[in-house]
Amino acid sequence: MAGVAQLLEGKRVCICAGSGGVGKTTSSAAIAAGMAARGEKVAVLTIDPAKRLADSLGLPELGNEERQIDPGLFPEAGVDARGGQLWAMTLDAKAAFDELVRRHAPDEETRDRILSNRIYQQLSAALAGSQEYMAMEKLFELYAEDRYDLLVLDTPPTRSALDFLDAPRRLMQFIEGRALQVFMRPTGLGMKVFGRGTSMMFSVLRRVTGVEVLEDLSEFFQAFSGMVGGFRERARRVSELLANPETCFLVVCGPQGEPISEAVYFHRKLVEAELPFGGVIVNKVHFESELPELRDDLVGELTAAIGDGDVARRVADNFADYRRLAERDQRNIRRLTAEMRARLVIQVPYLDEDVHDLAGLMRINEYLFAAGARERAAIAADAGPG
Amino acid sequence: MPELLDKRLVIVTGKGGVGKSTVALALGLAAAADGRRTIVCEVSSQEHISTVFHRAEVGFHEVEMADNLWAISIDPDEAMREYVLLQLRVRAMRDLLFRSRIFTYLAAATPGLRELVTIGKIWEVAQPDRRVKKGRKYDLVIVDAPATGHGVAFLQTPHTFANLARVGPIKAQAQALESFIVNQRRTGVAIVSLPEEMPVNETASLERTLTEEVGVAVDRVYVNGLYPERFSKPEVERLDAACGNGNGALRAACRAALSESRRAAVQREQLARLAESTTAPVRTLPFIFKPELGVEEIRELSQEVGWWPA
Repeated sequence: MAGVAQLLEGKRVCICAGSGGVGKTTSSAAIAAGMAARGEKVAVLTIDPAKRLADSLGLPELGNEERQIDPGLFPEAGVDARGGQLWAMTLDAKAAFDELVRRHAPDEETRDRILSNRIYQQLSAALAGSQEYMAMEKLFELYAEDRYDLLVLDTPPTRSALDFLDAPRRLMQFIEGRALQVFMRPTGLGMKVFGRGTSMMFSVLRRVTGVEVLEDLSEFFQAFSGMVGGFRERARRVSELLANPETCFLVVCGPQGEPISEAVYFHRKLVEAELPFGGVIVNKVHFESELPELRDDLVGELTAAIGDGDVARRVADNFADYRRLAERDQRNIRRLTAEMRARLVIQVPYLDEDVHDLAGLMRINEYLFAAGARERAAIAADAGPG
Repeated sequence: MPELLDKRLVIVTGKGGVGKSTVALALGLAAAADGRRTIVCEVSSQEHISTVFHRAEVGFHEVEMADNLWAISIDPDEAMREYVLLQLRVRAMRDLLFRSRIFTYLAAATPGLRELVTIGKIWEVAQPDRRVKKGRKYDLVIVDAPATGHGVAFLQTPHTFANLARVGPIKAQAQALESFIVNQRRTGVAIVSLPEEMPVNETASLERTLTEEVGVAVDRVYVNGLYPERFSKPEVERLDAACGNGNGALRAACRAALSESRRAAVQREQLARLAESTTAPVRTLPFIFKPELGVEEIRELSQEVGWWPA
């Protein structure tokens, strides 16, 4: 057991978190494929997989249903999956929210009132946090059904990885909206209790917003009020799953200064919140093994080897550029490693080509599942830069 | 149709991690260098510009960062407060509202309201006659918009609210904002992308959504981080042969060259795919081989992002 496999020992849920554009989806898919190749039954929940990757794995675009990846793809990619299974699902947050409303609605009338309410439609499609929450909700549902050895969640792209953790609270804060519910029943108890001040308050609010917005909101909260209990209980259990010792958070980032700083920050927040933090995956790293000692006359040696001084100079220039990036990456990763103390920091090199099939995912797994830094460096030296 | 930087408002959007903030700032520097009073608005409190300029955070203030270039970070709570202040001239009413718990709840809870007031503030900044007292007049306002998914919802907010509210000030306000955003002579959009599979796919669908559903003009697509093609095909073959013989730095240098030529080739395939799947003109920006992008590097980029010879 090494690398990611070691982190996931005894775990049933793996949450890959990180800001947008750092390769989270690919990492999640690779982890899921790697664990399936170790004989486990794994499902990966993803938001928006690359089309070529999804196509090559035979994934439908949307659907909120898990699909099994053709087991025949493993031997094709040169892997003996030892009876492991890889399942995948692409998440449709709006449909998942509708499903949740259907499940919790006390009767058909309430259900329809909510589904057709304009505030709800806006909320389920666009409210910050609803997509994140729905991803957790689906994760919880699959966890409770207990049909898989491991679930891997590719979190939705957020500006800050922290938005993800905050999603249940933000959503519940909105749905509960208790203060609003009381105040907004125009003829209800609220008005009487709070008297003139409140009705004046409303006339001011109307002036700022317009009447219908208030009416739609009021209608929304009234329709929702019967479901708040069920929602709250559910959200509590979803939040509990995040802190469960069977859960493992992996932070995915890139090697540039900003993503590394964000990973450090996210790690701190996870530790503060006492959530089970596993380690960090740094994607697209320019490797250190590509930084051998420079000798004085590299251009001369290159010229002798290639037989063309002009090409040799360009090769040397390119190498200087590459080394600059590799030095930066290693500096940033040292900073990250110092911050993580004994936690695992896994580096995945900048590959020459986009990953778009199972074989590509397994290539990434040579790094994700490698035993230690030295072995990973050895693989990199063998495979060439990137 | 005016050129991108001849418009009054330019919205810069794209997938997360493609370099939107960098391009937005480069556009700002390009316009400022041309003598236009330009402001770049950040909307998710990244404080990217103040970091690049090594300055204190700008927050909800218009701060001059360079000649003709200002920056502001639009915080929705501040924008909401300002909106109410402008809306309610009677002091007692404002105080009542600000003290009220209902208002706080409503402001936080109404979906899209934060986005609406943010766009409202951008609109206000772009007005020739500012509503804010002693407001500066700008020739160009550049918005570093949220990433794709949230970005579309962000730009659609005025439309949604214009439909949601049938009458009242929000309705009027939302309609004004919507017609401002879809006015293709005054408002332009630049999508930032990368020459990689996912960003290319997303750019194509983003362009469709923006033009067909939001109704804005997508003026151009910037492809960021394009590697130079340093080696010709015969040269690559020669390097391949040389790579096997050497050791140490020699071997590593050859392999780095081969690696880069492969990446450059893959990038060009993706670039071709992008050009085919989008209708807006595509412009490439070079990969900058520097550890971090500072003011100098972004100034260099600003030479590449600006006006196009017709």
